[in-house]
Amino acid sequence: MVVKTLPEIQVKKGEPPYKIWIFEPGEKKELPLIFNLRQLAEQRRPALLPGHRMCAGCAAPIVVKLASFAFRGPTIVVTATGCLEVSTTIYPYTSWALPWIHNAFENAAATASGIEAAIKAMKKTGRLKYENVDVVVFAGDGGTYDIGFQALSGMAERGHDVLYILYDNEAYMNTGIQRSGGTPKYAWTTTSPVGRVIPGKSENKKPIADIMVAHRIPYVATATPAHWMDLVKKVRKGIEVNGPAFIHALSSCDRGWRHEESISVEVLRRAVDTCYFPLWEWSPETGYLLTDRSLVIARNPSLKQPIEKFLEVQGRFRHLLRPENKELVKQLQEYVDATWNDLLKRASNAPR
Amino acid sequence: MSSLKSWKEIPMGGVAYRLSTDVKTGDWRALKPVIDQNKCTKCMICWLFCPDMSIIWDGEKVYVNYDYCKGCGICANECPVKAISMVPELGE
Amino acid sequence: MSELELVPKYPREKQTMINVNGDEAIAYAVKQSYVDVVAAYPITPQTIIVEKFSEFVANGETHTEFVAVESEHSAMSACVGAAASGARAFTATSSQGLALMVEVLYIASGLRLPMVLAVVNRALSAPINIHNDHSDAYLMRDAGWIMLFAENVQEAYDTTIQAFKISEHPDVQLPASVHIDGFFLSHTLENIYTLPDEAVYDFLGGPRKIAKVRVDYFDEEVNYALDPARPLSIGNLALYDYYFEIKVPQVLSMRKAEEVIKEVNEEWYKLTGRKYGNGLVDPFMVEDADIVIIAMGSSAGTVRSVVKKYREKGVKVGLLRIRSFRPFPHKDIVELLSGSKLVAVMDKGIGPGQYGALYLDVAASLYHSKSKPILVDYVYGLGGRDLSPEMVEQMINNLLKDLEKGYILEEERLRFLGVRG
Repeated sequence: MVVKTLPEIQVKKGEPPYKIWIFEPGEKKELPLIFNLRQLAEQRRPALLPGHRMCAGCAAPIVVKLASFAFRGPTIVVTATGCLEVSTTIYPYTSWALPWIHNAFENAAATASGIEAAIKAMKKTGRLKYENVDVVVFAGDGGTYDIGFQALSGMAERGHDVLYILYDNEAYMNTGIQRSGGTPKYAWTTTSPVGRVIPGKSENKKPIADIMVAHRIPYVATATPAHWMDLVKKVRKGIEVNGPAFIHALSSCDRGWRHEESISVEVLRRAVDTCYFPLWEWSPETGYLLTDRSLVIARNPSLKQPIEKFLEVQGRFRHLLRPENKELVKQLQEYVDATWNDLLKRASNAPR
Repeated sequence: MSSLKSWKEIPMGGVAYRLSTDVKTGDWRALKPVIDQNKCTKCMICWLFCPDMSIIWDGEKVYVNYDYCKGCGICANECPVKAISMVPELGE
Repeated sequence: MSELELVPKYPREKQTMINVNGDEAIAYAVKQSYVDVVAAYPITPQTIIVEKFSEFVANGETHTEFVAVESEHSAMSACVGAAASGARAFTATSSQGLALMVEVLYIASGLRLPMVLAVVNRALSAPINIHNDHSDAYLMRDAGWIMLFAENVQEAYDTTIQAFKISEHPDVQLPASVHIDGFFLSHTLENIYTLPDEAVYDFLGGPRKIAKVRVDYFDEEVNYALDPARPLSIGNLALYDYYFEIKVPQVLSMRKAEEVIKEVNEEWYKLTGRKYGNGLVDPFMVEDADIVIIAMGSSAGTVRSVVKKYREKGVKVGLLRIRSFRPFPHKDIVELLSGSKLVAVMDKGIGPGQYGALYLDVAASLYHSKSKPILVDYVYGLGGRDLSPEMVEQMINNLLKDLEKGYILEEERLRFLGVRG
């Protein structure tokens, strides 16, 4: 018994619920993808342990948990400074069941580049104890859209074999809900307050995933934890491709989005149902492909919900539901429709 | 601060030396999820979405590990058969 | 003269003489040091290091992964990632590049990750300038890095290899920087003696060895690295309850580094026949000197030649070259300057609102010396301004007058050497 101090919880079938991921040197087994949930619950343990101090109802740990069900073997996780990083590693505790590093805010992609290069060099010289070690980054929207963008773009251009997962909660939540390049138009944040003159953030969200597509890296996708099977498949694809992959996962923040803690998953479902956040994947071979619920909506446009369905449950958009702001909602709807139609034109599996 | 370790006792570089499973976040909870085992279909959706790894599947039934559950209620909201209700903690 | 009796393991005839500039010497030393990852970004006057190293990689002369990052910030970040993975990592930069790196320099040392950084010292903007002074080095003086200054190209080669050994020593586990003066050394050709590859490999003990740590949840010591066999979390959040306790061992390791630098200097001597003072300081005719000049880097060569000339005239002047700026050799300075009457510190950088950084450190040492020599700060060479022997002579002549007078007024204690008045 190598691992001590984990709570001893006996279960009748399967593994105890919490485990440190240990891959003994030379171990050669690829972890299969499991979509039968009972089987998954018996055979696989998330890479994140409980006792982390993320807010109740935060979707970020769900993103990490689901992503880790897609890991195929020895994996090193890099996290940019942010909620996920500080709340999971408050000294002397860690919630990470696999090798984890945090360097700084803007350099998760560069740190991952160095790790990947080290893995290559050690493999070349016969010092790597495994056939593969995968490198996965989790970074928030601030660390990706804004301060970390240069490092991310550099990593993509250089072709490092790293999967970069953006958990996008659409503002700087760790510092207390300030607007970022990922904050949508008209959202309230503490640095884009709803004032008498300005109704929240004045600018649209940066199309980060499309920007990564423009890098022509092997794999880019959008995902939400609400569409879990889609997310798990995409994470595995992102790990399997040879070279950089980018997954843009929308991740609700009940504190910052001002919604009930219990609807964190539901609000993400609404983001997809309204086509505010369509699910798709892209590779140089296939181009854009709609996936999961978004493909369903493309085939049956009557399922597309009005943007109000996404806005109405979130306090950050409350001002938009006032009668005098009808025009702003109309604008948002037009923007969503335009980007959705644009995607339909690009996606080869969308009905023509 | 006397129960905290001295600099001679901690590992190099600020590497975490304990697991967060020692931190019982269950005391954050205002509402607690209670599973109605008669309604539960064992679909595992609550287990899947629980951000605090607090739903346990023991091979026969689904139950809540209240050591860590923060009471967010995602499980109750996502449960397709509404087998989970959120009950106020009475405070012992 | 026991030094003459020692026969190094690799006497000169067993070493290979190559004609290189300072940058090429460092690139060559890195190639020989079995480095796994080099992540670097071009900046004058460091660029030749990355160019030369890229050639080694392109020609298959090394196993190193060369990561041509998009900024110095990412260069240092990638080195942190590589070092945390258990690899031997190297990067190089100058001036603005170093300034951009600073955030991550503190992280590298705080995480106790051994690696080597070559700093080809260059002035900081503004005005933008590509030539040498030490203002960039002064910028990183509290970053927790071991900082070694080379005087010539041979020493640049020697120190680069030594730096890996010092940095990775089990008692140290701190990153180390090797400093050479931009253009004066980086672009100046010298004949240097180099060891065979296998000698460097053996000197460093092969690939990097990973330090061990103990955490509560494993019942054995584990690699301090991102190891899937025994996962650790590196780079945690530590608040007022533990930050202090994590920082203190880092500071104390720097003290241990003093001893290790000395040991490695001796070991290198036995291997190559070359050594640099005791490793920390390199004194020249200091013992009986009334006036001691303190300098770092290539200027020491100029000062030494002038000191020789004055000694011939019977003037009791000496040179103390600081080789290790961090850890700062306070003890050696107190000992070596115990008989001196006047100490002039040559600062190739400024601290607006303050004396130069080197002066402050020397002053802190001398506060504890019994003799309490008169202390004066000469700021010189900013933005690459040449230090001519005549300027050093002028300085010594002034110092002789000060010595005769027996005091220096507070307002005269900060002097500018070689600026048009």
